[in-house]
Amino acid sequence: MRRRLLRDYGSLLGLLLIGAVLGLLSDRFLTASNLINVARQVSINAIVAAGMTVVIITGGIDLSVGSTIALAGCAALLAAGPFGDAVGMATGIAVAAGVGWLNGALVAWGRVPPFITTLATMTVVRGAALVLTNGEPIVRSEGAYLWLGQASVGPIPVPILLMVATLLGAHWFLSRTRWGTYVYAVGGNAEAARLCGIGLAGIQILVYVLGGALAGLAGLVLAARLSSAQPNTGVGFELDAIAAVVLGGTSLMGGEGTIWGTTVGAFIIGVLNNGFNLMNVSPFYQLIAKGAVIVLAVLVDQLLKAGAARGAVAAMPAEVSEDRRLAR
Amino acid sequence: MESLLSVRGLVKRYAGVHALAGVDLDVCPGEVHAIVGENGAGKTTFLKILSGALHPDAGELRFGGAPLPLGSPRASESCGIVAIYQEFTLIPALTATQNIFLGHETDVAGHGAARRSAMRTRSARLLGDLLGDTAGSGGVDPERPVRELSVPERQMVEIARALSRESRLILMDEPTATLTAQETARLHDAVRRLRTRGVSVLYISHRLEEVLSVADRVTVLRDGRRVETVAVEEATLDRLIRGMVGRSISERYPKEAGRAGGTLLEIRPSDGLAVHVRAGEVVGLAGLVGSGRTELVRAVFGAERRPDLAFAWCGRPVRPVAPREAIRLGIGMVPEDRQGQGLVPGLGVDVNIALPNLDRLRAGWLPARGGPRRLAEPLIRDLRIRLADPSQPVRSLSGGNQQKVVLAKWLARRSRLLILDEPTRGIDVGAKQEMYRLMNQLIRDGKGVLLISSDLPEVIAMSDRLYVMRRHRVVAELDARGASPETVMAHATGLRG
Repeated sequence: MRRRLLRDYGSLLGLLLIGAVLGLLSDRFLTASNLINVARQVSINAIVAAGMTVVIITGGIDLSVGSTIALAGCAALLAAGPFGDAVGMATGIAVAAGVGWLNGALVAWGRVPPFITTLATMTVVRGAALVLTNGEPIVRSEGAYLWLGQASVGPIPVPILLMVATLLGAHWFLSRTRWGTYVYAVGGNAEAARLCGIGLAGIQILVYVLGGALAGLAGLVLAARLSSAQPNTGVGFELDAIAAVVLGGTSLMGGEGTIWGTTVGAFIIGVLNNGFNLMNVSPFYQLIAKGAVIVLAVLVDQLLKAGAARGAVAAMPAEVSEDRRLAR
Repeated sequence: MESLLSVRGLVKRYAGVHALAGVDLDVCPGEVHAIVGENGAGKTTFLKILSGALHPDAGELRFGGAPLPLGSPRASESCGIVAIYQEFTLIPALTATQNIFLGHETDVAGHGAARRSAMRTRSARLLGDLLGDTAGSGGVDPERPVRELSVPERQMVEIARALSRESRLILMDEPTATLTAQETARLHDAVRRLRTRGVSVLYISHRLEEVLSVADRVTVLRDGRRVETVAVEEATLDRLIRGMVGRSISERYPKEAGRAGGTLLEIRPSDGLAVHVRAGEVVGLAGLVGSGRTELVRAVFGAERRPDLAFAWCGRPVRPVAPREAIRLGIGMVPEDRQGQGLVPGLGVDVNIALPNLDRLRAGWLPARGGPRRLAEPLIRDLRIRLADPSQPVRSLSGGNQQKVVLAKWLARRSRLLILDEPTRGIDVGAKQEMYRLMNQLIRDGKGVLLISSDLPEVIAMSDRLYVMRRHRVVAELDARGASPETVMAHATGLRG
């Protein structure tokens, strides 16, 4: 328990530390408008990363989400033209979920390793987006769908609300539903899960569909913010999402991880981006600094874990001594 | 004789609790010294201190007449102490030879091809010596990648690696846990050959019969203290058990006779005898390792497809194609490999128990909050699973308690037939007794039990009826009360029937 607290709040501590430093360095950082701005910039990555967390907990990975963002936006705007915005948005999400289903089916039934499956669909889906649009952006500057990216409810922009709803929903799914428990069980020990009567294929397909659908939602928000869909958008977004998940303390081996951690991870990345921009750091240096921070965070996490593992060994014989007491 | 290893007043505390409370122990050169004790008696802690993985809190350790450097695995190894653990430390993709000389390649004279050939010769020699093969390498090909070797062959490679580094004391922790009787005999021959070379062995095992056959002296530990050290000629099973648990166990197998009711399960193979299990009885499945017992029960559970088998459940033909379907019928399985197949080690005890039951833990269409814990608590109490908190990760429990968690999953499900595959493997005497009592409880409650065990006295004593398998066929059905180990072995090896 203490280890979990240490790990969860360790990354939060890191986020607060970065925030405090930026607050000292720039008087514009800690203003309400800038913080809302940060949250809006984080929202797309956080929505994608929520789905990525669920996939990674099963021991999988989804490299195709960046391409899916592009395809979902393009499909949505293409369908919105003739059939209206509602049908368009539904099409976008459905196409993205379909990509997820394809990933899940290949992993579950085809037994293709997730890394290879999604590496392949990443390029296939990107190609599909280019084919669909002839490589041209689709501009749609009017329509109800713009609400997704440009409207506000009170002072809060809609993307932030969508992000909050996604994170709460994903957290609820993982911690309160039985399918959430199955996700952890499959990642922790797939064979034991199967022998408990859990359908492995069903869970695997479910998580990739979920990951795809959330990437689709992110694609719609992005299109709405830009008033257009671009087949070349979303390149590298999968890496930002994976970085957020890893910064949040989720193990790439599967079996453990939290949405809460991913949320903090996404905000660490977002706050860094924002801070560098405020301080006029060149984007070239930004890339270097971002990578360094990710490695540093995981390094610190490993050190904490090693310390906690030593603590766990020390705590173990408590159970042993209990054994002895009861044996008498 | 001058001791090779001399330990005086060894103390190790974890969070204030004594794991070792002042242990004295001597190992002579060329001696096989066994340590026995229940889980938690301090055996593994003792080994870990010797191998340098743990630093003791107090005590004096001398090795070969000089103080042993503490808390450093490298220092222990360079003194000549090597530990062979249950989990192998070999690199699967490298050959036996490469593994044997890993990190010590420069000890072998020559360069390039000449050195490689010298290493090959030396590793073949080491393996041959261990396996009593003066001409060859004892049937273990030193040029094959370790991943293609069997478990006992890998063990030999580990021992050969220790010998290649001039080790004088080899620590073995439960080396026979996964070996068959023949493989165990081969390992023991190798241990005896080590002894004639003057190498000492510190041997930890739960299998007391084995200890009596291979060791020169036996030290009994209980609660971190040494109870006694006896020469093997003076040691008896009773004496060792009494020392380990602090009281004598009146009956090693406290079996209550079953009262068989209606037939639950029938297995009709296309070849060999049919098997049936009734409510209220324990049906044993005996046979050599690899005779197809585990495959048979996994097919019952829907974990493996076997078109040559027909099943009936309560008289109705069934064909479970997934564990989910067998579970719905009312079958539960405690698999052979507890860690690998029975549990999700990182999840809590309560969640593990609830895992096959989550579909029933609902309030409306939403899952019930706190459901797993409410489901698990009475079972943790009834089965006396020892833990600090129901949500603590199941990997932090001892082997016997983990086994109870696997069983609790199916009790929570109210399964009517329980398949127990090697349920007492790797758990200590006290935990075994509890497992036997639970089996009595199960048949008293009118459940059926299908028991697989490679421990022949155990499977005979704890069963009401017994089937024997050989080469994937059921070849004999016996009344367990009239069966002797010799009869069962005769059927299992094909000398009879």
